[in-house]
Amino acid sequence: MPKMVAIRDSFGQALVELGRENSEIVVLDADVSSSTKTALFGKAFPDRFFNFGIAEANMMDAAAGFATAGKIPFASTFGFLTVLRAGEQLRSSIAYPKLNVKICGAYGGLSDSYDGVSHQSVYDLAIMRATPNMTVVVASDDILTRKAVKAVAQYHGPVYLRLCRNEVPVLENEDRTFEIGKGILLRDGSDVTIIVTGILVSKALDAAERLKEEGIQARVIEIHTLKPLDEELIIKAAHETRGIVTVEEHSSIGGLGSAVAECVVQHCPVRVEMVAIRDTFAETGPYDALLEKYVLTNHLIERNCRKLLEI
Amino acid sequence: MSYSREKKEYFRKLNREIRLAVVKMIYEARTGHCGGSLSAIELVTTLYFDKMKVDPSNPKWENRDRFIASKGHCAPTLYAVLAEKGYFPKPELSTFRRFNSNLQGHPDLLKTPGVDMSTGSLGHGPSVGIGMALASRLSQRDYYVYVLIGCGEMNEGQIWEAAMAAAKFKLDHLIVLLDYNRYQLDGAMDEIMPLGDVAAKWRSFGWNVIEVNGHDPEDISEGLDQAHKMKDIPSILIARTVKGKGVSFMENTHVWHGKQISEQEYAQAVKELAEEIHA
Repeated sequence: MPKMVAIRDSFGQALVELGRENSEIVVLDADVSSSTKTALFGKAFPDRFFNFGIAEANMMDAAAGFATAGKIPFASTFGFLTVLRAGEQLRSSIAYPKLNVKICGAYGGLSDSYDGVSHQSVYDLAIMRATPNMTVVVASDDILTRKAVKAVAQYHGPVYLRLCRNEVPVLENEDRTFEIGKGILLRDGSDVTIIVTGILVSKALDAAERLKEEGIQARVIEIHTLKPLDEELIIKAAHETRGIVTVEEHSSIGGLGSAVAECVVQHCPVRVEMVAIRDTFAETGPYDALLEKYVLTNHLIERNCRKLLEI
Repeated sequence: MSYSREKKEYFRKLNREIRLAVVKMIYEARTGHCGGSLSAIELVTTLYFDKMKVDPSNPKWENRDRFIASKGHCAPTLYAVLAEKGYFPKPELSTFRRFNSNLQGHPDLLKTPGVDMSTGSLGHGPSVGIGMALASRLSQRDYYVYVLIGCGEMNEGQIWEAAMAAAKFKLDHLIVLLDYNRYQLDGAMDEIMPLGDVAAKWRSFGWNVIEVNGHDPEDISEGLDQAHKMKDIPSILIARTVKGKGVSFMENTHVWHGKQISEQEYAQAVKELAEEIHA
């Protein structure tokens, strides 16, 4: 069994490390800091932690104010609240003036599974991708989350960092480097390409392993930065394999699948099959059960790979 | 501190020139917001020409006082004042709302020197000001953050989120100026969304409330002096103003919130402003 670590813990601990290294880091939360784990930063650096109460719009604009004065604010609350409740604030006061705010969307995708649809975030990436000046990053496991937190702090400009609540497997290759805008080749293969974002990386790798038993060599690429997209790596895969299967814990409208399709249709048209949430809200339940029902559905990754090879 | 006769005269002339510049910009652009630009003039000029520590040759100076035009539709007033201060040449005012201009329809931080925050959509300014004021305290600077809001803007729930937070964080270096002209786009504020006792509302949120005549620089200045003396409490100047101040047919009506000025109306407005008929 792989080691399991909750991404929110990785995130909270990474913020504390970052706070030690850089005194310009400030963290804002909207009364969910013990859930998002920004409370760890609050405990370590009480002077640089600001709890805005249940008022996300005000928090987001205050983050913009901090950034105008040279601070590096991490504004954190549940993903759907950052993008929707405070969406106009992040458009008008952060994206438009290109302010150096890091918007942290906790409990991304279906990960707040038992709280149900009201707390789940299934089209945040679509909105953030469409927002000019916004860089969009998706955390996938403990190691990558820690690296992503450091990288987005070093990058100057608005970033949306999508996180996850739950424990997810830690990938074995600890040495993968994180560079904003650069995809990661997790596994090479020449038959078909699986492109994945977020916590489903381990599921994509599992699928590739099972396909190997059937004699199918699947390439697996992790795209942690949805914008700017690593087009070079995707176009190369489109040229070298017979099709692409995208995998994401997000609506099929506007997320990774859309980004990949937009890319290949312009540069190297190949078939793209999407494993994603099909334009629907989910429901309450265990996280794994929701992922199975709404995304992975009876080995859909493998089924789609086979389908591409049958044509 | 009370104003000398010379200072009063200086501001009288200055405010007349800014009014003329504002009406000219909106006339030439054939688009823009006259009513709320004219009501805010004394508030903005008193800040920039009496109170604010700024350096037009170094617009990003870290310890400068900040100004946020939260009611961003008064952009013509802000632009005219910034040009008068020397942030950019006055002839540039004629490019207001033109294609390729640095003077966008609403203030743009990235395009216009001296603009401290991009605004336009209402309700954001006080919240942004909170972030600026907290950053000031954290960096042990002592600059003030001034935020100009409109009365219709108080319909936005976020204004009250900010009111709570500024009191919680004890932001005595955050000062809100309310351009209380009592009109908004669609009509009188009491018809569109009655707010009741505005001063009592802010007081109950934990703010120091100072009521002033928003067209009297001396009164505004004294109000700001009072605000500067406060410790641990944010202040709001509730400035009684007249929408469209200075032009008879624009005064006290919502109609001139965002109406194009005809050639004839422009001639009439210039005549009245130059002769200070309604000063």
